[in-house]
Amino acid sequence: MTKKQKKSLVRILSGCVLFLLALLFPGEHPLLFLVPYSIIAWDIPLRAVGNILRGQLFDENFLMTAASIGAFGSGQYHEAAAVMSLYQIGELFQDIAVANGRRSIAALMDIRPDFANVLQDGQIIRTDPSQVDEGDMITVTPGERIPLDGVVTEGSSALDTAALTGESEPRDVFPGDEVLSGCINLSGVLHIRVLRTFDQSTVCRILELVEDSISRKAKSERFITKFARYYTPAVVCAAGVLAILPPLLGLGTFSNWLQRSLVFLVVSCPCALVISVPLSFFSGIGRASREGILIKGSNYLEALAKTGIVVFDKTGTLTKGIFQVSRICPVSMKEEELLVLAAAAEQLSTHPISRSIRDAAPCELPPATQVKELPGQGVRAVVTGMQVLAGSETLLAGAGISCPHVSGTVVHVGLDGSYCGYILLADQLKPTSARAVEALKQSGIRRTVMLTGDAAPPAEHTARQLGLDEFHAQLLPGDKVTRLEHLLREKKPGEQLLFVGDGINDAPVLARADIGVAMGALGSDAAIEAADIVLMDDDPAKLITALSIARKTMTTVRQNIIFALGVKFLVLALAAAGFSSMWLAVFADVGVSILAIVNASRQ
Amino acid sequence: MKKTFKIINLECAHCAAKMEHAIRKLDGVSHVSISFLLQKATIEADDTRFDEIAAKAADICKKIEPDCLFTER
Repeated sequence: MTKKQKKSLVRILSGCVLFLLALLFPGEHPLLFLVPYSIIAWDIPLRAVGNILRGQLFDENFLMTAASIGAFGSGQYHEAAAVMSLYQIGELFQDIAVANGRRSIAALMDIRPDFANVLQDGQIIRTDPSQVDEGDMITVTPGERIPLDGVVTEGSSALDTAALTGESEPRDVFPGDEVLSGCINLSGVLHIRVLRTFDQSTVCRILELVEDSISRKAKSERFITKFARYYTPAVVCAAGVLAILPPLLGLGTFSNWLQRSLVFLVVSCPCALVISVPLSFFSGIGRASREGILIKGSNYLEALAKTGIVVFDKTGTLTKGIFQVSRICPVSMKEEELLVLAAAAEQLSTHPISRSIRDAAPCELPPATQVKELPGQGVRAVVTGMQVLAGSETLLAGAGISCPHVSGTVVHVGLDGSYCGYILLADQLKPTSARAVEALKQSGIRRTVMLTGDAAPPAEHTARQLGLDEFHAQLLPGDKVTRLEHLLREKKPGEQLLFVGDGINDAPVLARADIGVAMGALGSDAAIEAADIVLMDDDPAKLITALSIARKTMTTVRQNIIFALGVKFLVLALAAAGFSSMWLAVFADVGVSILAIVNASRQ
Repeated sequence: MKKTFKIINLECAHCAAKMEHAIRKLDGVSHVSISFLLQKATIEADDTRFDEIAAKAADICKKIEPDCLFTER
């Protein structure tokens, strides 16, 4: 509790004690209750007057003051004091609840590092991360959070990337690897050369993104604000009418109806909704970012819950985007022999295909001499005294070797003038893609679609493997947008269309979709810029998590709205019919508010 | 120009909503969003009149909740 809150508590408690004493005193002397009333509630009428002078008429202070004056006026002194104490207690709890809500969200987002250990002339100087420059050297010991983005120069360790990606499995890093701020160093001391200053670091950009997401308000939030603007004056007017009309029509005493209209006044405050709805959304966004899902606005969280169609890009999204050895087809030797031969010839090349072949081969490769790389065609080398050619059909044809025609990404291998076979490379599905698609379908996604620039046969194969509802292949970037527009026209009313892509070449499609989700690949700027939601670890299964957080948030929002409005209208109805008391009124105002806030902070 | 301001001591959610509504009506303001939870306001307005608009926004806040302080981040 803050100092201010503690002071309030003391005031309330002392007021309550005096109130209880006053109750025990025989007789109902107004002054007896005026004392505790003043202690507990002196600031409220004061603020009411102040606000009226500033042109703010119908605020809570004025309403509560009017309510208690009314109670005093009709001779119910202890009721006035009791209600005020209850109100103040309620306000205090509401304050605490809001502060707790804010704190729990801040804790969810607590990835900001407080210091950096800068290495200068052999000395370690503890510095404010914002004072560290690009190119400076810092050290991070096990247990510490990496304060800035950089490259490891010395040391190896395992990192906990949960703060950025939600991944609990540690990631090994070695000299030369790039590491990002926010990760926790687990095992070894690391020396890191800083790549980006603090305000450009990943941690700061994520925090900024989440804070900015508040300004993109969801439809529900805007509705609540608009509703509140009409609700309060409407209820206050109703209170006025209720106090004046029925007595005039002879339906009861003035003081009786005044009592009821006072309840109206107290219930006219919309705080429960105005606080709890934005809190729910902020909770949801904070929770998502903990899972490595960056949502750039509450409106996207809201739209996510209504997703009915999910459209995937293929390469880089459902597949890893790296070509790996998928089939080895030798003519007369063993598979491994062919692989070793090709890998040996390719061992000095930096081409991605060469790397894939080397990765698939055993570590011990025979040395290659007279290596000549022919760009666009392949590699020529001498391995264990034999002339090896590894590359395209054209390469081998040039040496007089004919190859069978194989479609796809293929490396043909020729040995001393004769053909010895080919190695087929293919893009691999991400390990979680199949699970992601299945879970999406199970959770109620109506249509799953894949768009790709790939040829139809591999596209169909992938679509079938993953269980996608439909796919469209051989699409040029412009075609993708057209196809997406087509799908948008086929939406059911209220349904949202989500597109998942890897950002770099999917920008127009991401922009056109209702919700654009990009594979963030730890630090890919273009993706983060273009999309509405970024999956920090490129895992399509995170879509499920995002969807469930979105749905849970919307459920909480709906619960709170129905609960708050339901209770308020019920109490208003009861009050109008004469079955209420001030206690009920205060519950309908402050009690509901607290419950709604607590519900909203749960995530 | 788009700037973010801090609103210290913003304790009333309804007040935040009123402030946002009033600032939105100011001439030259294209977008305003106030978050009661984060206690901050983001205002996007005419470049040439931005300082004037910011001052008016501070006045509005003072009028609605006298306890709170509208400052630059």
